Amino acid sequence: METVKITIDNKHLEVPKGTTILQAAKQAGIKIPTLCYMNLPHLSREHKPGSCRVCVVEIKGRKTLAPACVTKCAEGMEVLTHSLRAMNARRTVVELLISDHPKDCLTCPSSGCCELQNLAIIMGIREITSVENAAISTYRKDESPSLIRNMDKCVMCRSCETVCNEIQTVGALSAINRGFMAVVAPAFEQDLKDSPCTFCGQCIAVCPTGALTCVDSTPQVIRALADEKKFVVVQTAPAVRAALGEEFGYAPGTLVTGKMVAALRALGFDKVLDTDFAADLTIMEEGTELLNRISRHLQGDKDVRLPILTSCCPAWVNFFETNYPDMLDVPSTARSPQQMFGPIAKTYLAQKLGIKREDMVVVSIMPCVAKKYECQREEFFVDGNPDVDYSLTTRELARLIKYANIDFNSLEDENYDRFMGESTGAGVIFGVTGGVIEAATRTAYELFTGKELENVDFHELRGLEGIRQATIDFDGTPIHIGIAHTLGNARKLLDGIKSGMYNFHAIEIMACPGGCIGGAGQPLHRGDSSVLEARMKAIYQEDANKVIRKSHENPEIITLYEEFLGKPLSEKSHELLHTCYFCHPRK
Amino acid sequence: MNCYIHAIFVIQENNPLILTLMKKYELEDSHKKTIKEICQSFGNKHGELINILHSTQGHFGYLPEAVQNEIALNLNMPLAKIYGVVSFYSFFTMTPKGKYPISVCLGTACFVRGAEKIVEALEEELKIKVGQVTEDGKFSLDCLRCIGACGLAPVIMIGDHVHGRLTPDMIKGILQQYE
Repeated sequence: METVKITIDNKHLEVPKGTTILQAAKQAGIKIPTLCYMNLPHLSREHKPGSCRVCVVEIKGRKTLAPACVTKCAEGMEVLTHSLRAMNARRTVVELLISDHPKDCLTCPSSGCCELQNLAIIMGIREITSVENAAISTYRKDESPSLIRNMDKCVMCRSCETVCNEIQTVGALSAINRGFMAVVAPAFEQDLKDSPCTFCGQCIAVCPTGALTCVDSTPQVIRALADEKKFVVVQTAPAVRAALGEEFGYAPGTLVTGKMVAALRALGFDKVLDTDFAADLTIMEEGTELLNRISRHLQGDKDVRLPILTSCCPAWVNFFETNYPDMLDVPSTARSPQQMFGPIAKTYLAQKLGIKREDMVVVSIMPCVAKKYECQREEFFVDGNPDVDYSLTTRELARLIKYANIDFNSLEDENYDRFMGESTGAGVIFGVTGGVIEAATRTAYELFTGKELENVDFHELRGLEGIRQATIDFDGTPIHIGIAHTLGNARKLLDGIKSGMYNFHAIEIMACPGGCIGGAGQPLHRGDSSVLEARMKAIYQEDANKVIRKSHENPEIITLYEEFLGKPLSEKSHELLHTCYFCHPRK
Repeated sequence: MNCYIHAIFVIQENNPLILTLMKKYELEDSHKKTIKEICQSFGNKHGELINILHSTQGHFGYLPEAVQNEIALNLNMPLAKIYGVVSFYSFFTMTPKGKYPISVCLGTACFVRGAEKIVEALEEELKIKVGQVTEDGKFSLDCLRCIGACGLAPVIMIGDHVHGRLTPDMIKGILQQYE
């Protein structure tokens, strides 16, 4: 490999040709500040428009300062990252950015995790003297059920645009207009809710400021908890337990299941229950549906639609409703675990506890912002009462715990309540890419072959590669499985199926990188892929720790079918646990 | 490409003429065919988007939502991206031009000789702002930079006609020449 020798801040380095100054500096332990730069190594995407100029450095012998993120190292280059000239220029750049930025940091939803605010803190900017009375844009606020777009706070790094168009291939956002009027918006500046936006929220996960944030549902939850007439039930998604600890100083990948349960109980929830239980229920319904379709296919039924697609991810559901309206009968009709939990809690559990439906409030804790939209979908209401009332993100829960004066770190581990608190390892792995299909395989294998599965770990289905495929031997019958995470990879997979490139029986799709562990409601990892890997490890660890690891062996699930539902795909199941999809063709 | 200097198009949501035009602009099959042909003539390449938009605007006179959507479908490109380009370049317009498009030169020579006053007079007389069309669809008003007639500064163009050495009080009379 050809290399070049350079010095950065008098440190001598030898780096491969083509390395940028920013990358080389990082290797040398020098952290040049950036704003518009975004690196997503787990998605092999480096976004470097070179537009903000915060990373400017001085190169000896050059007249002008150079942006470190896009300038490549050249032989003999002498770079100074903190010369007076570079520091002054960088400061001016930040001052100019702030000059037309709202200064409501105290009340900004991104306060504390804003990269522009960080720069101002580091540089000790106390007043903006450069521009007086600068015009601050007053673009309308666009509030969708999940996301809030506040373009006054946009610094035009366009990271969201890259994620929306290149990673997710959703194509909802683009930079529009020019100069001071430039903003990131959907076509014709329509509202996000009218655009092809899937509410996956990956744009808010990469937004360096408060321009893209998620809807805050904590006030409603606080009110519900304070209302003595309400019986408030909470469910926690699998991926939350592997990330919540990060908000309280624990290393990424620390499982905090017990502390989380204790905190929720301390918050005043009447029942602390688990979405993992509903994940097991999903496997019963979806797995049975999968087996039915495969059996019919093997018997030569030409009308059966294969591959079956998972339907747990609300952003993915939005994506295929918008982009593949001709394939609405392909995905499983099984609702997502969140939306299976709601109706069971508000029927079976409510009856058991002697509570009226309207007196029960179901709150979900999700790693996801699309879940906020999902629980508001019309089909998930019964007589004006939603199956799931409010959905909070992992970050919102962390804030709520702090707000309620709970010292999370000193909490003793507690266990989930019963009923609907028992879950299996299969339910836990829903939180990571490949997990849903692995959980389905564990159950489908036993139901299909009638034999006991000896090894429940399907390592061939795991990993962080964008598109994966594996063939599982169902006792002589090969079952082809495809897995994709990120919607861009989902599109590739689906287009591949349409063109006949792939031939699968079942496909799992998750909209976020890494699955739910990388959801937009999780603590922000800013492209640090080691965080995703640690969370993934934690999820598989939780799975391995479980005594029961197959959904159909969950004793509460068995009871639920015996006492209430009958059997999977029964009439009652169809009424409560299945849904249908609607065509939202691209505008 | 022409260098209009006004940066943002004002989409006249209140203008009844525009509203009917927009609504009426249900793309007929022949329009779809034209757009398809234009896209194909540029190889359906994303890199040719500006040329495709230029050519399409040349054909339809403007680029309403339905036309942009059709281009998006042909190029298999996000509609937001197409709108991003349309809204960036002032050459592209989403509002139809009037029967007599008026362009006011705001180049240096015209500017120092009072072109801004001419713009004001036109806005007052036509009761529209720059970038808009009169309710009867007769006139549209835009600004551009130097048309190379600095000796006649300040100048305006109405259609292909150049009117030079203007003062604001001459505007009314000039507009009356157009029926």
